[in-house]
Amino acid sequence: MSKVPYEVYTEEVEALSVLSPEGKIVNPDKVPDLTDDQLKEIMYRMVFTRTWDDRAVNLGRQGRLGFYAPVSGQEATMVGSVYALDKEDFVCPGYRDMPQLVWHGLPLYQAFLYSRGHQEGGRIPEGVNVLMPQIIIGAQILHAMGLAMGYKLKKQKQVVIAYTGDGGSSEGDFYEGMNFAGAYKLPVIFFVQNNGYAITTPFAKQTAALSIAHKAVSAGIKGVQIDGMDVFAVITAVREAAERARNGEGATLIEALTYRFRPHSMSDDTSKYRTKDEEGIWSEKDPIARLAKYLAEKGLWSDEDTERVREEAKAKVNEEIKKAEKTEKMTVTGLIDSMFETTPHDLEEQKADFQ
Amino acid sequence: MAQMNMKEAIRDAIRVEMKNDPNVLIFGEDVGKVGGVFRATEGLQAEFGEERVFDTPLAESAIGGLAFGLGIQGFRPIAEIQFVGFIFEALDQMAIQAARLRYRSGGRYNAPIVFRTPYGGGVKAAELHTDDLSGLLAQTPGIKVVIPSNPYDAKGLMVAAIRENDPVFFMEHLNLYHAFRAEVPEEAYTVEIGKANVVREGSDVTIIGYGMTVHTATKAADQLAEQGINAEIIDLRTLSPIDIDTIVTSVKKTNRVVMVQEAQKSAGVAAEVIAQINEKAILHLEAPVLRVCPPDTIYPFAQIEDAWLPTPQRVIDAVNKVMNF
Repeated sequence: MSKVPYEVYTEEVEALSVLSPEGKIVNPDKVPDLTDDQLKEIMYRMVFTRTWDDRAVNLGRQGRLGFYAPVSGQEATMVGSVYALDKEDFVCPGYRDMPQLVWHGLPLYQAFLYSRGHQEGGRIPEGVNVLMPQIIIGAQILHAMGLAMGYKLKKQKQVVIAYTGDGGSSEGDFYEGMNFAGAYKLPVIFFVQNNGYAITTPFAKQTAALSIAHKAVSAGIKGVQIDGMDVFAVITAVREAAERARNGEGATLIEALTYRFRPHSMSDDTSKYRTKDEEGIWSEKDPIARLAKYLAEKGLWSDEDTERVREEAKAKVNEEIKKAEKTEKMTVTGLIDSMFETTPHDLEEQKADFQ
Repeated sequence: MAQMNMKEAIRDAIRVEMKNDPNVLIFGEDVGKVGGVFRATEGLQAEFGEERVFDTPLAESAIGGLAFGLGIQGFRPIAEIQFVGFIFEALDQMAIQAARLRYRSGGRYNAPIVFRTPYGGGVKAAELHTDDLSGLLAQTPGIKVVIPSNPYDAKGLMVAAIRENDPVFFMEHLNLYHAFRAEVPEEAYTVEIGKANVVREGSDVTIIGYGMTVHTATKAADQLAEQGINAEIIDLRTLSPIDIDTIVTSVKKTNRVVMVQEAQKSAGVAAEVIAQINEKAILHLEAPVLRVCPPDTIYPFAQIEDAWLPTPQRVIDAVNKVMNF
């Protein structure tokens, strides 16, 4: 891992790493406080997410899902970061961040409805503090900043987390959001999943900065770089950032170094820009295999457990995709009525053409 | 009742709503301590505190995003974009994010935001301070566009806009801020968004305008009256949605229409107004509907803007054309 500033103003330290690819603790001070049941729950969620990703790719090929951005490889960042937060905290996702929404409470069939292009996919249940996946890269950074301002004004202790990728760190909104959060000292975490590529463009073409974490300097907020294939590093970094936020110490930018084992989207071909060697190096860092080794050592997990979770996940995915497919079809008049609180006269008239 | 100019009426609207509803916030560049570059928010921070009236860093997109997040948190943000040309920086947050929030979330979330911005020619301002960009937002589903032409409407429309649970783009003509005073009630009242106003009754021709062009039309109508032509003037007040019923009622009476807008010919809402008249009242027309607009150039250099903007004489010429068609 490259050397980046941990405390941006003072010293340089290694990217935070807690659990090695061999499943060994390499940083005992930073092991998150987790019970055995919590450890098993995290493992469960990561295996479930991987299985769901496998199934989603197939469902996409069968035409049963629409837009889908694969997530395999990023389970540690996606599962771990949300696990480190409270149910009341608010999640602002990018378009790849559906696992965070689901693990924060969005029913899976709604995630599938979103993929299929159904309005019901965005109707977040009451009490689930998430926004819909954001397609405009960077916009969610600003939304998180605004939501965090709301918590600050209401003197509530919740924090907000926003996700983007390495390419997203080149957007103006990324800087503006960090800068406002710094200026107002807002309780927000900007979590960048740096998987090395923005579609086909490698990170080196996004910026000359040594890291994304360095960019926190420009906003006067704390910047941290972590091993994003290490779920313990993710949980520790997010917990520390959340604690700082809740204590009124402001925003944190977390850069997690990760990798997507699959293409950017279903229409992307990684063989045009990635090498087998590179993919091999990263597959050895697999976040699931690494946690499995650690848990096996403690007698908390076995291959049979993985198999059981995979079967459970497949069954759940099948159930939820069927539920999505059975959801009542949308109507144009329904869309019209969902535009405003009270449908204006012009739209009211336009309904006649669709009844 | 009090005598107020339009700027004072807008400030009064914000003030009464801030008193009525603790969730109303106003923020933007320099709106706090000094009360805005036009003093439209003067005194509000002193009265309501820095948590409700505050300055922001200089970044319009983030001002829009701040409003979006605060709206979800139950606040009613009034976000000021200092000059109209800078809305392009905030356009994603206004036209994509806020305008689509209710729809995208199937009603779970909404954006009760007022985006305020000054616009309007005739003040010899610097580049990109005065363009009439109303058409951009009027062509965006999910956001309403309001432009007052006088102090009474300005207060009533602003109160209504603040109370709306969907986003409103509220444009304030620079040349009308201090142009004249009028009677404005001191308490809160609303002027319905989506309702036009017949500001002058007439029988021979309908002239449609909004903002400053209502006054351009009035000057033209005064001279037309001397020629014996009785013009009816409609102030649109809301550019989206357009109050076509009020327009059609007038067209049925006058059978002739001229639309005056400060936006360039291919911009703005004149083309939409004409299309709707064609759909709903073509059999009542004695002549084609004409537009009086600036040409399709970029907004002019300050030295020549008076010639570029719609003038009463150009309105009179257009009316004479439709009268003699």
